[in-house]
Amino acid sequence: MSVTIDARGLSCPQPVLLTLNEIRNGNDPQILVLVDTDTSKENVIRAAASQGCEVNVEPSVSGEYRIAIQKDK
Amino acid sequence: MQNSDDAGVYKISEDLALIQTVDFFTPIVDDPYWFGQIAAANALSDVYAMGGQPVTAMNLVAFPTKIMEFSVLRKIIQGGLDKLKEADVALVGGHSIEDNELKYGLSVTGFVHPKKYWSKHGLKPGDNLILTKAIGTGIISTAIKGGLTSVHIVEEITQLMATLNKQAALRMKNYPVNACTDITGFGLLGHLAEMVVDSGCSARIESGAVPVIKEAIEFAGMGLFPGGAFKNKQFRLPFVEYSDKVDPLLRDIFFDPQTSGGLLISIPEEYADQALADLRTHNCTKATIIGKIISDQKEKIYVV
Repeated sequence: MSVTIDARGLSCPQPVLLTLNEIRNGNDPQILVLVDTDTSKENVIRAAASQGCEVNVEPSVSGEYRIAIQKDK
Repeated sequence: MQNSDDAGVYKISEDLALIQTVDFFTPIVDDPYWFGQIAAANALSDVYAMGGQPVTAMNLVAFPTKIMEFSVLRKIIQGGLDKLKEADVALVGGHSIEDNELKYGLSVTGFVHPKKYWSKHGLKPGDNLILTKAIGTGIISTAIKGGLTSVHIVEEITQLMATLNKQAALRMKNYPVNACTDITGFGLLGHLAEMVVDSGCSARIESGAVPVIKEAIEFAGMGLFPGGAFKNKQFRLPFVEYSDKVDPLLRDIFFDPQTSGGLLISIPEEYADQALADLRTHNCTKATIIGKIISDQKEKIYVV
């Protein structure tokens, strides 16, 4: 089960708040976050890591990132 | 007189100059009374940062009359008024408009001696830099908006932001201050960069010495930075050189926009310890020497 948060076009701290909310309150163990700035990428990684999640980042099209988050079971 | 300072200075006579400043913003805490206090402390700060004595103030209000109870506005104004009383400043008027979003602030007028005001532009090699309040309020405000904070921390930063820079400025009048500014929207390094520009010298900041609100470090670790922190960093990064050992979180925290932050004071080293002790016993318990000015002409900020 996976849920996608499309945070492209959103500025800080919105991508982080959406990610934290999904990690804390969502039911899906896997979360995919799409962001389009380096600072959003950095902070979403910080957010997920702070909640004990496993994080993997892959660049997609230029300047965009797909951040795969695996919640702690 | 020089522009690009914390407030406008207008010379009236050989021993009197007028200082004028204005600042207003949207609520940063939920409690209207405390929002009023913080807005007033923030508006008054520019006068203190120039070594002046604020004298009169006027309210600026934008209020959504259709969706908000009038009692909210009354509490905001009361908060502002109480802070003005504490500062010995008379409220002499104001202006309000209807707006979709609540905004409050003040225009403040003060006096200063035209030859004795503190500018941002006066750094001298050998000076020590004293910061009078801990930083991190922008990060905490972001965490408050995200509903992630405890009542305790909200109270702590509310008190911090509502604290006047009055005592700090009063104490420092006993010392030969070379330059001074207050830390607000551009963050610590953003405001320091303004001081370093055209100074002919550079600053060296001890990253471990800078007072940071404990919880701000925690929330920064969760990525809870306000957007302004990154705009500040992008804008001023060419001025800054970090040594490798500086914590990546601190690099961003140093650009966290502050509301009603402390004074950043540049003072000859031989007075620094005494001034610091003086500040700490006068309502500035977190005052710290965070670095020094060096005779490097590159006009850089070296963070070590």
